[in-house]
Amino acid sequence: MTSTSSAERAETDGYTPVADNLGAVLATGEPPRPPSAWSASVTFAWRAMLKIKHVPEQLFDVTAFPVIMTLMFTYLFGGALAGSPEEYLQYLLPGVLVMSVAMITMYTGVGLNADIQKGVFDRFRTLPIWRPSALVGAVIGDVCRYSLASVVIIVLGLALGYRPGGGLVGVLAGVGLLLVFSFAFSWIWTLLGLLLRSERSVMGVSAMVLFPLSFLSNVFVDPRTMPSWLQGFVDVNPIAHLVAAVRGALSGQWDGSATLWMFVSAGIILAIFGPLTMRMYNRK
Amino acid sequence: MTASTAPAIETSGLVKVFGTTRAVDGIDLTVPEAAVYGILGPNGAGKTTFVRMLATLLRPDAGSATVFGRDIVGDASVVRTQVSLTGQYASIDEDLTGTENLVLLGRLLGHGKAAAKRRSGELLDAFGLTDAADRQVKNYSGGMRRRIDIAASIISTPRLLFLDEPTTGLDPRSRNQVWDIVRIVVAQGTTVLLTTQYLDEADHLASRIAVIDHGTVIAEGTPGELKSSVGAGSVHVRLRNGEQRAQAERVLAAELGTEVHFAADPVALTARIAGGESGHGAAEHASRALARLAQDGITVDDFSLGQPSLDEVFLALTDRKETRA
Repeated sequence: MTSTSSAERAETDGYTPVADNLGAVLATGEPPRPPSAWSASVTFAWRAMLKIKHVPEQLFDVTAFPVIMTLMFTYLFGGALAGSPEEYLQYLLPGVLVMSVAMITMYTGVGLNADIQKGVFDRFRTLPIWRPSALVGAVIGDVCRYSLASVVIIVLGLALGYRPGGGLVGVLAGVGLLLVFSFAFSWIWTLLGLLLRSERSVMGVSAMVLFPLSFLSNVFVDPRTMPSWLQGFVDVNPIAHLVAAVRGALSGQWDGSATLWMFVSAGIILAIFGPLTMRMYNRK
Repeated sequence: MTASTAPAIETSGLVKVFGTTRAVDGIDLTVPEAAVYGILGPNGAGKTTFVRMLATLLRPDAGSATVFGRDIVGDASVVRTQVSLTGQYASIDEDLTGTENLVLLGRLLGHGKAAAKRRSGELLDAFGLTDAADRQVKNYSGGMRRRIDIAASIISTPRLLFLDEPTTGLDPRSRNQVWDIVRIVVAQGTTVLLTTQYLDEADHLASRIAVIDHGTVIAEGTPGELKSSVGAGSVHVRLRNGEQRAQAERVLAAELGTEVHFAADPVALTARIAGGESGHGAAEHASRALARLAQDGITVDDFSLGQPSLDEVFLALTDRKETRA
């Protein structure tokens, strides 16, 4: 009975505001206390998950892209560099895992650039919440996407014959390191997302940074085969530290100094780009 | 609480500059509590910039402003607990459903999961959106979008609600719905700052209006004050006998000293009343003119005193400014 009448109402959209209804809804007394920084961030992460639910196509970059990367480089370089793709995969997989996820981090900036143009961010900014939570939540949401990409690559690697010496613990630790670093690394792109005017330019700039950082590293080959000036670059390349740390964790042979450097560079990136991002965000 | 004695909004010398444009160029305004205050101005007058500063979205470049006695820069986080903004473009996430939007905002306002869900249900119901609750907002009609937008603004009833051009682009029916909602919200004690470029909207809803152009306030007052400030309006007269129309015209022209027009109706005429600065003057002029008509044996069946429309007011005000500049 009520459902038919409301269905009719929806059809014509003959909605008339009724003072009683609205008045009753308005009179709610004291508003609740604003949420904590953490709770607000988690709520924004939930928003990111809802977006994935409604626009599942955006998972393409964390599923298909890593698959293509892994297959392409394994079979392209395997024979030449290590005698066979299976052999090479033992060396390459941690590298291609890092490279794929590092590349995916740039979508954080692109997504944010598109998102922040929308009116809903005006509303978020007038809420009595910890200001960075909208961005922290978005990045936490993206970390979930990075985990999915990691799972895809590792499962594919196992299917192709990759055998991690570190076992399950090593794999979890390696992915953990990768996620920690990616969380920090994403803030470079959030800043770019706020600085640059269009999604296209965010893409362009981030690709320009990411390609040299990931190729001029130990992802594909041992840096000892490179000229010394290039080795110098690899030595300070944070992606190279990350690859060494993840490779160590997966293989069960921990690389303590690389892991330490990875945390240091993640800390430095976060300390620089986090506050800069917030400065830009507050000014928008 | 001392804050409750402060006006809802008080600004002094508020300025915002974008590059070389002084979008807001020294606005002093006092908005009393629990009423609709209209900010009227054409596109690009600085209305939105003004509102965005008050909503703590933009930092003023000069001057100061308080919301319920709290500084919008120094006490921004307190101000944010008191205000809600419905922007010119839907301040709602179009990719999410109606329910998801309201639950999201409810959670961000500090409601627990269950409370946010319940609140969302109540609001969707009160705004007639229950059937659209699980549809993405991008599939809503314009009127539904404004309704969910306003619903989102009153999840926690704000003391001050900013409505930035809430009816721009709406059909008349949806516009009336929004007007009704605004009236109900104000009746519950919320102060509404409404920007609009539609004069009849300000006229219908606002108890005071500030007219803004080029970032400054060019007039301020009640709708009636504004109308009478630009001159008086006109008197419409309907005679019993159409043959007396020419005679009536002479009488009115002599008494009022302005041009008299014959209306399409063969027994009616309209005369502008030369404005003194006050509306009372207009009524006096008109009644004297009507008395003369009676003395001269011209029977008047019906008359009305028309105030100038806000459109005329607005054009008069902006013209005046143009010639001054």
